[in-house]
Amino acid sequence: MNRREFLKRSMVVVAGMAVPAAALHLIDPKQLLAAKPELRWAFLVDAYKCVGCGFCVKACKLENEVPYEANVSRTWVERYVVKKDGEVLIDSPKAARDGFTTKKIEVGEGKFREVKDEEIEKAFFVPKLCNQCENPPCVQVCPVGATYATADGVVLVDRKWCIGCGYCIMGCPYGVRFFHPVHKTAEKCNFCYHRITKGMKSACVDACPFGARQIGNLRDPDDPVTKVIMTERVGILKEEYGTKPQVYYIGLSKEVR
Amino acid sequence: MLHGEAWTVKELFVYPNEYIYWTIQIVMYPFLTGLVAGAFVLSSLYHVFGVTKLKEIARFSLVFSFALLPCAPMPLLLHLQQPQRNLNVLMTPHFTSAIAAFGIVFLTYGMIVASELWFVYRGYFVTTARELRLKPNRTLSETFLMGLYSILVMGAWDVSHHALEQDERAVKILAAVGIPVACFLHGYAGFIFGSVKANALWMTPLMPVIFICSAVVSGIALCILTYVITMELRKLIIAWRWKENPSLPSPGELGGVETQVVTMTSRYLIMFLILAITLELLDLIFRGYTAVKSWDILRSVIYGKDFTSIFILQYGLGNLVPFILFLMPGLTVRRAVVGTVLVLFGVFMMRWNVVIGGQAFSASFAGFMHYHMPIWPHDMETFKEGLFGALMVGSIPFALFWLLSRIFPIFDLKEPH
Ligand code: SF4
Ligand code: SF4
Repeated sequence: MNRREFLKRSMVVVAGMAVPAAALHLIDPKQLLAAKPELRWAFLVDAYKCVGCGFCVKACKLENEVPYEANVSRTWVERYVVKKDGEVLIDSPKAARDGFTTKKIEVGEGKFREVKDEEIEKAFFVPKLCNQCENPPCVQVCPVGATYATADGVVLVDRKWCIGCGYCIMGCPYGVRFFHPVHKTAEKCNFCYHRITKGMKSACVDACPFGARQIGNLRDPDDPVTKVIMTERVGILKEEYGTKPQVYYIGLSKEVR
Repeated sequence: MLHGEAWTVKELFVYPNEYIYWTIQIVMYPFLTGLVAGAFVLSSLYHVFGVTKLKEIARFSLVFSFALLPCAPMPLLLHLQQPQRNLNVLMTPHFTSAIAAFGIVFLTYGMIVASELWFVYRGYFVTTARELRLKPNRTLSETFLMGLYSILVMGAWDVSHHALEQDERAVKILAAVGIPVACFLHGYAGFIFGSVKANALWMTPLMPVIFICSAVVSGIALCILTYVITMELRKLIIAWRWKENPSLPSPGELGGVETQVVTMTSRYLIMFLILAITLELLDLIFRGYTAVKSWDILRSVIYGKDFTSIFILQYGLGNLVPFILFLMPGLTVRRAVVGTVLVLFGVFMMRWNVVIGGQAFSASFAGFMHYHMPIWPHDMETFKEGLFGALMVGSIPFALFWLLSRIFPIFDLKEPH
């Protein structure tokens, strides 16, 4: 085989390899979605409106089949009680699945503390869920790529591929991840991806009687959620980690962890 | 039952989904990996830097490093919730993840140790296989060994002076390449922790270096300890055999533990120990001095909740006491044994304080979690993540070492030249 022949043949091989590669390109879902840049999911929580009823938590557990009795949940509500002397008490009994039924505050494994009304400076509720970070550490650390981010900005877990190492649980600064007690794989809130992609709202948004939770599309300037995020003073959680969360809060207080 | 619920106790405000997810197996993982790396570094001191006084322990620690090697990923495997999918890591490595590279680094390192071992023992394989072949009435095990050695030789039957010299050169090169790879293997076990930004205790670039130094410390300590124990056992066995059959060499002729090997090796141990402690203290002081947001909760864990296990068990019993033991003049073998046991304990406690201590506080910085290690298992999970799971993982290397030492004799190796 002389040089010319060799070059010719290699050209054929390269071209031949390029064809399937190009075919792959066509069906790359990322590209498909990137062609639809008008979608980017975001969540808006109005902490002023939340009363800690826990309907959202209940709805989420039922919708997403997280065992009702298990002490884990994709979303939860925290109660903050700030005392006049500056002490901050926080709790979320059973993730607030049944709401807050007592004034006593849980301080770990079955122990409670009572705070007198006159000692209280302020008190409020803060719902929590996965922040669908733009720069998600959970995606970064997953050794098998079972946790991944979609182009429309939701972080998902592939239950069939997750090996259950727990690295993503360690990597999330918000502590939203856990092991699903039945599937034994990493689990977390995914904005009810199966619902929102069909034009519905996430289960917690539907369940909230006070409109404390809202979901919207950041790329749509007419979306009411986007309007609030763009024009009003909203906060995010743990900004210092550089994860760029996509859950925005109205009425965030400095005590919120 | 939820994963983690069986052994986690929460105090004050902890996010509802937080549990101690990484338990004793993840303590065992860096501990064992450290032993592998440390044993290898010790063996390389002789091969690369020509510290001839370490010749005896060099071969010993090489075989030991090889025995420890397959055990290092075992705890990782045991703690997976879906262990049957472990191959996914090799099939779809996700290179932004620190764990993903583990398989690759680990296999590379394994190959280096295996080939070094082969070059060290090739001459021995050839001569033994040939001798056994000539032997008229072989026992079954001798026939087996002959077959095994003939396979292990892999067709390289040349034992001329030149060929053996080539072997030695190869060993030297492999040992030299192996040092950085061993350090990388373990440094990056430290990176797995150090790179978790969500964890205030782990998040430090010093973590890989601290891990390497303590790895070398623990590897050397374990080699000294096992060396002494095997030597003593050997002496006992020989004495017993000698009583039955006085024509064999007497125990006195064979000699026991070489005190000089032990003292020499302990000197290296002390060197690395100083380095490790300095770095750890530097890290501690630095955190206190800069006192960023997380320092409040870290301080209450370090100086409060974990005080005993950090300052008394790890630094006191595991570092200071052996330090004194080794530095007191006239080191005896017995004192060295006590010292190495304590050093090993200290390194184990360091791993414990990093892995468990790192999960002792909530990401909310407003609460604490305690790990109550399951002692008596009542199901698979409490077995795996409890005392017995750890003991099992920790004892396998010794069984393997014993098996390997049947094939790669560590002591009475006939020098082929
Ligand atoms: S909040 Fe946690 S789980 Fe959700 S995307 Fe961010 S890091 Fe991942
Ligand atoms: S637990 Fe599953 S999703 Fe999380 S890092 Fe491990 S493999 Fe990835």
